[in-house]
Amino acid sequence: MKILVCLSKSPDTTSKIAFKDNNTLFEDAGVQWIINPYDEWYALVRAIELKEKDVSTTIHLITVGNADCDAIIRKALAIGGDEAIRINVQNNDSYYIAAQIAEVAKQNNYDLILTGKESIDYNTSSIGGTIAELLDMPFISLATKLVIEGSNAIVTRDIEGGEETAEVSLPLVLSCAKGMAEQRIPNMRGIMAARTKPLKVLEPAAIETFTSVVNYEVKPAKTSVKLIAADNVAELARLLHEEVKAF
Amino acid sequence: MSVLIFADQADGIIKKASFEALSYGNKVAALLDTTAEALVLGNVTDNVVTLGKYGISKVHTITDISLNHLDTQVYASLIAEAAGKTGATVVVFSQNQTGKAIAARVAAKLKAGLVAGACALPDVSSGFVVKKTVFSGKAYANISINTPIKVISLNPNSFPVTVAEGNAEVSVLNINIPESKVKVTNINKIVGEIPLTEADIVVSGGRGLRGPENWGMIEALAQSLHAALACSRPVADANWRPHHEHVGQTGYQIAPNLYIAIGISGAIQHLAGVNRSKVIVVINTDPEAPFFKSADYGIVGDAFVVVPKLTEEINKLIEKNSH
Repeated sequence: MKILVCLSKSPDTTSKIAFKDNNTLFEDAGVQWIINPYDEWYALVRAIELKEKDVSTTIHLITVGNADCDAIIRKALAIGGDEAIRINVQNNDSYYIAAQIAEVAKQNNYDLILTGKESIDYNTSSIGGTIAELLDMPFISLATKLVIEGSNAIVTRDIEGGEETAEVSLPLVLSCAKGMAEQRIPNMRGIMAARTKPLKVLEPAAIETFTSVVNYEVKPAKTSVKLIAADNVAELARLLHEEVKAF
Repeated sequence: MSVLIFADQADGIIKKASFEALSYGNKVAALLDTTAEALVLGNVTDNVVTLGKYGISKVHTITDISLNHLDTQVYASLIAEAAGKTGATVVVFSQNQTGKAIAARVAAKLKAGLVAGACALPDVSSGFVVKKTVFSGKAYANISINTPIKVISLNPNSFPVTVAEGNAEVSVLNINIPESKVKVTNINKIVGEIPLTEADIVVSGGRGLRGPENWGMIEALAQSLHAALACSRPVADANWRPHHEHVGQTGYQIAPNLYIAIGISGAIQHLAGVNRSKVIVVINTDPEAPFFKSADYGIVGDAFVVVPKLTEEINKLIEKNSH
């Protein structure tokens, strides 16, 4: 089986979110870059688990971005995966990014393409669905379990108020959510091995962009909390009723 | 020309998030001086004529029962074809579980630019610019869609539902349904609970509650407010509460009207899951808990005293107002 895991670089959760150049660019000074957590914990680790069960499995990692991404790709390779591909271009349009990945996928006949459920920077949840459309493959989003049985996948996904399980034939695109796998820390052997694993850098295909960022706005901080004395709980009930209209 | 809104259903009932999308689509249509039309897939028990009250002039339906299960490939194909038939220049989804599954796929099929996670009406004064939340609710981006057809997926609970008089015309779309490659084998719904991602009010407990045996007072408060239950990650990891209640970066991201956090300090990973909530109430013994910085109302105090008292006071007010 051949698996492609899509990875995105995102600022560490605790990063200060600020913008520069008249609020048109993300302020990346001092930002710690990480692998988008959902891509790493759920998509990548589940792929590795599948390879551990079936050693004939090949795992390719792919990211779309400039050379700043190399450190996070090496980290991903240290967790697992056979080789990595970086498409050397910086772009914020999700169609453009997904179409670049689809171009690579077209040449490699992957059985399974995995993404995280969304990135923690742009939160669009759109890469997996777009890739699936461009490759005319089934796509299941917010998958929480994946079992491979021959040429079929048994996939469980979150639905409002519960979960749904379906059987679908490979090839398949999945976006992965909590439950799929657990975070792994790379060990020393993995880190050493990652140094010599191939990291191919490809130039981007000619793809159109459909959207562009005009500017960003930082969400204004809450003015300040209205504190109510612990011996005056009735006042909170009144506020919830009269101001918040909660009941 | 039209604005086409996908009205998502579950078990034959149109979802609340779809009413927001319909109201939003109606306002977009007004901005563009065109009509708002809706698309409903599958068998619904709701009378779709009533979608007229959200400003919808025409409801297109494909009532095949097989469409009560979501297959993104089939849905995208039908929605894109419906968009073509209705001459839609804007297609609107709710960014709920279904929207996350299909909006991007439909956009790719239509070669349309997508803004997923929109939180305001488009600015059409020059071009077509839509505001969306980014960085897990910590900032906004204004995105220009540069294609003839635009796809917008609206964050749940970010746009008010507006209701007026009116009925919609219903039109049955005659489109061939492609064969599904996805065979649903099992559906497991949690019964008797309000689904967390759909809830208006969420009552959430953290490690400060010391153990699962203390959740009775949390459940009582939630019951009084018709709220869904949630918890922080340590609580789910310790198996005090089921994982489907876990909110935060690794659990569910929610945006209720009211989020009441009890005994939760407010780590940044937790806030990433809840900071799109409209109003946040924090109850914590520690006045230095970071959550107070993101809260609208707070009580520094012992949850074991405050929470039962709060439930009692709320019940009193509910009782008083029912007379």
